[in-house]
Amino acid sequence: MDFGPYLFLASLEGAVTAAVLALTAAGLSLVFGIMRVVNVAHGEFFMLGAVIAWWVASLAGGHPAVGFVLALVIAPLIVAAIAALADFLVLKRVQYDPERTIVATIGLLYIIQQTVLMTYGPEARPVEAPFNHRIYFPWFGYSTYKFFVIGAAIALLLGLWLVMTRTRLGIVLRATQLDRETALAFAIPVERVYALTFGLGAGLAALGAVLVVPIQQAHYLMGGDPLLLSFIVVIIGGLGSLAGTVVAAVLIGMSDGIISVFFSPTLAKIIATLAVALVLVFRPQGLFGKAAR
Amino acid sequence: MTTNDKKDLLATRRDILKGAAAGAGALAATSALPGFVRYAQAQSSEPIKIGFQVHRTGIGAAYGRWYDRVTTAAAKLINDGGGINGRPVEIIAEDDGTDPKRGAEVVEKFASQHKCDIAYGTLFSHVVMGSAPRAGELKIPYFVVSEGHHVASGALNRYTLQPGICDVKSQVKSMAPFVTQNLGKKVTMIFPDYAFGHDHRDFFSAAVEANGGQIIEKIAIPPTETSFTRYFPKIPRETEVIYHVMVGPAVLTFVKEMGEFYGPNKPQIFGFIDSLEAVDLNSPGLEFLDGTYFWEGMPRYAQADQTPYDKFYRDHVGVDGNGASTADAKDVSTYAHMFGCWETLFVIKAGMEAAGYQGTGDRTKLIEAVEAMTDMAQSNEHPQGAKRFNGKTHQVFGPQYISKVEGGKLVVQHQTSIEDGLYDDEVDYTTQAL
Repeated sequence: MDFGPYLFLASLEGAVTAAVLALTAAGLSLVFGIMRVVNVAHGEFFMLGAVIAWWVASLAGGHPAVGFVLALVIAPLIVAAIAALADFLVLKRVQYDPERTIVATIGLLYIIQQTVLMTYGPEARPVEAPFNHRIYFPWFGYSTYKFFVIGAAIALLLGLWLVMTRTRLGIVLRATQLDRETALAFAIPVERVYALTFGLGAGLAALGAVLVVPIQQAHYLMGGDPLLLSFIVVIIGGLGSLAGTVVAAVLIGMSDGIISVFFSPTLAKIIATLAVALVLVFRPQGLFGKAAR
Repeated sequence: MTTNDKKDLLATRRDILKGAAAGAGALAATSALPGFVRYAQAQSSEPIKIGFQVHRTGIGAAYGRWYDRVTTAAAKLINDGGGINGRPVEIIAEDDGTDPKRGAEVVEKFASQHKCDIAYGTLFSHVVMGSAPRAGELKIPYFVVSEGHHVASGALNRYTLQPGICDVKSQVKSMAPFVTQNLGKKVTMIFPDYAFGHDHRDFFSAAVEANGGQIIEKIAIPPTETSFTRYFPKIPRETEVIYHVMVGPAVLTFVKEMGEFYGPNKPQIFGFIDSLEAVDLNSPGLEFLDGTYFWEGMPRYAQADQTPYDKFYRDHVGVDGNGASTADAKDVSTYAHMFGCWETLFVIKAGMEAAGYQGTGDRTKLIEAVEAMTDMAQSNEHPQGAKRFNGKTHQVFGPQYISKVEGGKLVVQHQTSIEDGLYDDEVDYTTQAL
């Protein structure tokens, strides 16, 4: 294949990766920014989203679009509810202590993973894409659904940004992020905000997963990669900064797409990890993060 | 706040202690129990314990589940028929997490904790590579069902045997002529970038070139990859045949993305069914595979000329004519591999009977008895086909099946002979001390 089309394909692939990654990492970033909780179980919420999407789609029947749309609504809600419950049952009980929440979320990771293995099973199962036309470029074919993933992720991220900047809920969230004690003094129910945030973060991961599950299949071990990449993105972008997360996701997604097409996927991973190391050394607060006060 | 924290911490610590005590108690109970049973029973009726190393979790879990079902069915059949040498067979299953390090620990557990007579059942080649040296050190016979070439290559030891499933080298050698004669001579290979894929790369390249074909590109894909479109531009335009052997949970993505990339103007495609074991051929996105070819260790779909042995085996394991569970038509089996468990267990039975096996002291006799085996007829015990065991290389040889996807089913086009897959010995394990 010639260089031009080759680069075009690589960029398309990178854009899809970046879109899903941005959504997933935004959830992780939100949880860290507001709650100061490093959620190691984030990848498992992603996986749960995909598994529930499969479940909803297979129960729905009819046209694949029906199941998909239902899954897009139901899966994030269920995952958010589970996460909020986990916040209430576990994280609140350890007083959101940074070290103990890490251990607690590792425990959560295994509980979710093994429960899915015991109930859903070890198979990789597909969800049918709502539409599945093939675009014929002169050099190769490409699925229209992948373009939809990019568009949907942009729309969802815009929505999240509007919520954070233009609504009362956003103000409450940002106030809690800025200063927990003062927010409490202004009668913001911080505990409920925490549960909500943890649910919202997990819900965003689940949304990313529902979008990706017609491309990849739902599998009980699928949470590992999104977790690692989300951490990379959030560290590079700056913990707690939404804009930084999105920029870093595009950076990592595109470079992953392009480097792995032209060189090797291993090199892409090496460079991403190296970038994390460099950011930690030279700009510990991340590209867009504010220095600790 | 501080006192509160402390209290919590104390409570946690106490809970941990409590939990630890309970765990230790449970552990003591489980390890004491088998001992109790052992001494309470007469020597002759004591069960023969087969340690079953199963991929219950990890990337091999879909295979592990079916290996488990086949093993249970075969053990039941053996026990219903009076067991081995008048003793019942007991399967002791341990999860290895599809992890080589844990695999070695499981083998050790079989030998020292469960006091198993033998270890058996491993599929993934890296787990076999990790576990076999420990089996050799502990001198416990280790029967693998892995299709890797590592047994016959001489990399392992005299205690490791593969009497129930053919190895990759034999499989590709017997099938390469079909590919070059019927599909095309310019082949691009796509394979996972680890031992199993490298076996394919090396042996298939050699076999294709021996048959007048040419490998024009070799594309190695990291085993953890989840997206594949980025690799397809590397397939040269003049490719006549794509040969693919992907495994793991992402294989469906692989095939779907290949379909999107090529559309209807695809080259001939020859795959190993490993790519789609435990996957329904009628899954969305797989229409693309219609008209392509697959290697099958054993035909998933009951063929028009189904043997009575295949029927017998399907009935006992609980698999329908489409290769899915009789309990759930969506639960598709790993049909092309799992027969190896069935046949291996019957080889173990035959070996123990020939050796007059009584207990762990007769392990070396068992090895020698299996090494002495040669031809095995197609039968209820060997439903996949007749076999020929090579006692020197510890590897069995048998037929292979090449099937074409027609209307969402796999239809056998060609069956290779045992002779097609034979190659020169690379090792003589019988010269090693026991």
